[in-house]
Amino acid sequence: MHHALSRHRNILDFALSSLLRRKAKNISLFLVYTLIIFVIASLIFFVQALKREAALLLAEAPDMVVQRMIAGRHDLIPTNYGEKISAIRGVSEVTPRLWGYYYDPVFQANYTLLAPDTAPPPPGTITIGSGVARNLRIKTDDLVTFRSYSGTPLLLTVSGIMPLHSELVSADLVLMAAEDFQAMFRMPKDVATDLAVTVANPRELVTVANKIVELFPDTRPILKSELLRTYDSLFDWRGGMMVVMLAVALLSFVIFAWDKASGLSAEERKEIGILKSIGWETGDVLLLKFWEGAVISLSAFLAGVLLAYLHVFFSSAALFSHALKGWAILYPQFTLVPTIDGYQLSVLFVLSVLPYTAATIIPAWLAATIAPDAAMRS
Amino acid sequence: MIALQQVTKTFSISPTTSFTAVDNVSLTIARGSMTILKGPSGSGKTTLLALIGCMTRPSSGRIMLQGVETSFFQATDRSEGFDSSSLPERFLTEIRRSTFGFIFQQFNLIKGISALQNIMLPAYPTGEQQPVVRQRALELMEQFDLLRHCNSPVEWLSGGELQRVAIARALINNPIAIIADEPTAHLDSQLSQAFMESIGLLKDSGKTVLIASHDPIVYNSSRADQVVEMRDGRIVQQEPSV
Repeated sequence: MHHALSRHRNILDFALSSLLRRKAKNISLFLVYTLIIFVIASLIFFVQALKREAALLLAEAPDMVVQRMIAGRHDLIPTNYGEKISAIRGVSEVTPRLWGYYYDPVFQANYTLLAPDTAPPPPGTITIGSGVARNLRIKTDDLVTFRSYSGTPLLLTVSGIMPLHSELVSADLVLMAAEDFQAMFRMPKDVATDLAVTVANPRELVTVANKIVELFPDTRPILKSELLRTYDSLFDWRGGMMVVMLAVALLSFVIFAWDKASGLSAEERKEIGILKSIGWETGDVLLLKFWEGAVISLSAFLAGVLLAYLHVFFSSAALFSHALKGWAILYPQFTLVPTIDGYQLSVLFVLSVLPYTAATIIPAWLAATIAPDAAMRS
Repeated sequence: MIALQQVTKTFSISPTTSFTAVDNVSLTIARGSMTILKGPSGSGKTTLLALIGCMTRPSSGRIMLQGVETSFFQATDRSEGFDSSSLPERFLTEIRRSTFGFIFQQFNLIKGISALQNIMLPAYPTGEQQPVVRQRALELMEQFDLLRHCNSPVEWLSGGELQRVAIARALINNPIAIIADEPTAHLDSQLSQAFMESIGLLKDSGKTVLIASHDPIVYNSSRADQVVEMRDGRIVQQEPSV
């Protein structure tokens, strides 16, 4: 046991000195390897963080949203629909919601305007997302002018800026009182954008939805599960782009590993011959090459993952965030909350470190099976 | 003692042609003696060394090793030893590592690492603790006047120094026998004499020495106990004659 450990230590020592002997080659291998792991791990971290944002977004979504349709298009819904819907058995609450979009021609940005039903800002004031604050270069207590649909300017005071816990969805958000919202868009007081319906028993959701359509054939109920699916596919679509990038990165890794596998320099072959002739077994040579491969692949894997972590969670994935996040003109600028998927990292480890190590061992094994007396004849 | 009994080694060149490098050779090498194999290139000297040193197996015949202790064989004074030609590769490696020290014509040192590390290399897979091996390597370097080159990469050393590093490396596992293949091929006369001095001292310390060479400085050396002349794979002359 003690001898076996010493043998490993001795061979590992020699593997390290062998790596140092071929500094230029091994440093370039390490850099390429680290770069590929960095790209793949960045994608994994980024997708995870986006999915977490989506989960946060939907955590507070209502069980069902009821919209009114006219000619297949979304229209404002009369609030008295809500009274009749709340009378349906199983419905525990119906809340009219006011929300919409506002295009700011000065800064060429879209804002999402929302009149929250719980704790709305007092009339004449707004709470804004940090993206809006950044764009308008305003802070709490500053005055903002929005151009209302009647053509008159609407003067509002910023009462607060929303916390950053989920900036991806709140960056472009402007919260205002219902009165201000109605004044802004010249909306009658007896209509809402849609109705949020809460059902006590989730299993009754489909039945309730059917009853609503029966009662009001001009409405469209949208279930939370459908919303989840939509958002999921939205992020998964983004994830889909990542899959393409991931495939490219993995492919380049395979080419890289294959290149490594097919090449064992004449000098390396000679060395293997010498080691065999001075009493090293084929197994000893393979252990040496295993350690050489493992040292490079493990250190490159760790470096790549660490750099990816810093890149995604400390620089907000600066290298590819513009391509992959934010569908409004306002790009959210935020620090993603670190989330690590151990399973995906393990898969990355298995798909990179193991094939690379195997790729270093196979040519060595081919070279190490030569007869030891070949070195006497070289 | 090493005893070869009707040893033949044939290499297959193609399915229809083969080449016999060693042909029906019988030879006895006494423990602590110096045996020189002489003869022109292609006479089978190197193949015979490889066979004795367990680097390859004979096609036929037996190679008896007496007084060799391995994990699978405990030697006793009266034991006849064992036949190395029928052992599996794993055991051959063990014998090669513990019983023989090899000195090659091209020295076969690894470039880019220090002389000290080159000397220690054969001991790495044995699992011996590094400080112990290192201490032994330093003692060998002192013995061969190499201490000042301890940390120098081998490519900085002269031909004679390289030769001495190769000898020190051959001795690191404290082998019973030293096998040298054309050790003076790359040395001038003075260095060749010095080599024979060093190897003579090893013989005096009880090592069995086996050298293949066609250098007169080697085969005319007064230190040699036995000179075997080979041609076309056969022994053509043996001094002293048996």
